[in-house]
Amino acid sequence: MLDVTSPLLAIKDLQAWYGESHVLHGVNFDVREGEVVTLLGRNGAGKTTTLKSIMGMVAQRSGSVRFEGRELIGSAANQIARAGIAICPEERGIFASLSVEENLMLPPVVKPGGLSLERIFDLFPNLKERLSSSQGTKLSGGEQQMLAIGRILRTGARLLLLDEPTEGLAPVIIQQIGKTIRSLKEEGFTILLVEQNFRFASTVADRYYVMEHGRIIDQFSNAELDANVEKLHDYLGV
Amino acid sequence: MFEIFGIPSNALFGQLLIGLINGSFYALLSLGLAVIFGMLNIINFSHGAQYMLGAFAAYLLLQYSGLGYWPALIVAPILVGITGVLVERLFLQWLYKLDHLYGLLLTFGLALIFEGVTRNYFGSAGLPYTVPDSLRGGQNLGFMFLPNYRAWVIVASLTICFGTWFVIERTRLGAYLRAATENPALVRAFGINVPLMITLTYGFGVALAAYAGVRAAPIYNVSPQMGSELIIVVFAVVVIGGMGSILGAIVTGFGLGVIEGLTKVFFPEASNTMIFVIMAIVLLVRPAGLFGRRA
Repeated sequence: MLDVTSPLLAIKDLQAWYGESHVLHGVNFDVREGEVVTLLGRNGAGKTTTLKSIMGMVAQRSGSVRFEGRELIGSAANQIARAGIAICPEERGIFASLSVEENLMLPPVVKPGGLSLERIFDLFPNLKERLSSSQGTKLSGGEQQMLAIGRILRTGARLLLLDEPTEGLAPVIIQQIGKTIRSLKEEGFTILLVEQNFRFASTVADRYYVMEHGRIIDQFSNAELDANVEKLHDYLGV
Repeated sequence: MFEIFGIPSNALFGQLLIGLINGSFYALLSLGLAVIFGMLNIINFSHGAQYMLGAFAAYLLLQYSGLGYWPALIVAPILVGITGVLVERLFLQWLYKLDHLYGLLLTFGLALIFEGVTRNYFGSAGLPYTVPDSLRGGQNLGFMFLPNYRAWVIVASLTICFGTWFVIERTRLGAYLRAATENPALVRAFGINVPLMITLTYGFGVALAAYAGVRAAPIYNVSPQMGSELIIVVFAVVVIGGMGSILGAIVTGFGLGVIEGLTKVFFPEASNTMIFVIMAIVLLVRPAGLFGRRA
């Protein structure tokens, strides 16, 4: 059944609700193996909800989420993680009651082929220095973000969902995260990125989808970015 | 024989020992409550009844299958723990998103049912359960006589308390538990079956109560109301220590047992109310409890 030309992740007519409120109204897009794809859009457009729906963290959802040809819409979050998808949430989700090392080691390895700890410390040298720190939340914002990304690289998941990894960080940290995303791409990771900052996204992404009111309203490749800057300003209201 | 503050030493140490024994039960039960509250956000009011079921399970195992104290110490907590798993799957899992009050009412109702059923079949007089042969007798320490069984109860309680603390604070499984207490949705999205972990946590907390019940059987007799007599004090211990704090539950349990024992020596009239006086003071000064994190 698995078609070799099919995308790694295919989203079709994805709908999601939080209680009474209908947040996603039929989202369609796909991500091919080894790509970095960015979801752009204003606050409240449904970008985070899209990531959470893929991950199974939104209880009420319908449509189709196919990963490696396998339908995941009916699966629980823990099964989706075991299929090889990992999320770095917008709020980073560093656990206050866990040490830095426990935070880093928390996500279980779900598949072979994850990065070794040495490789993770290559990418984020600061983490190694802060490893003995008693509490994960005592780290700076940038260090917490590196921890939140670093811990999902160990697990062997090949598709990473990164939700606004640059939010609220200093330019030098943003550059380091950009560098990290590019080297992860070189290592063969597939990344679905949510961003408000399309200047940052343009340094890492292959393709863009623009979301508004719970739908995809536009898409273009990185090469087409310059021609679309005007339109993007409009979409994003910047 | 010598005297301390005008109190004969054997009376003082005798009460200290009783305080440590009671404290070891307070500690084990409040530990279970703290573990359950941390993970399930449920105030398990049936904890006392589950402690009582542990004692009855030991009694019934002896009566009907000839299993003595030592096997019962393992089998009874497993049996009662399984009933806990069923309670969680059938009832509690529907309450997590609701107010604490619903869990409290449900578990309180279950406690009444467990007590009522056992009273119906066994009466309320209390059934004897003898100390195992291997722990009869005692040691004369010079200043007091220490029954072997009581020494064992204290040591075993400390071991279980420390073991539980170690698992939760120092192991990978414990890291999952602590993380799931903070953010269950994210822990689940890392691939961990959080609902299963919650069910097993409740089963474990209930098994801890039953384990305490088995060990209490030779000391306090086996009776339907043995749990409700104890659980009121245990809730005071949990309030003083801070809800959801593992170390707080252990330290406060033993500490208050000892304070209660000493009160019996120095000011017997206050011995029944001392813990509640301390609870009132702690609530005034540190509403989150001595070891509690502010909510």
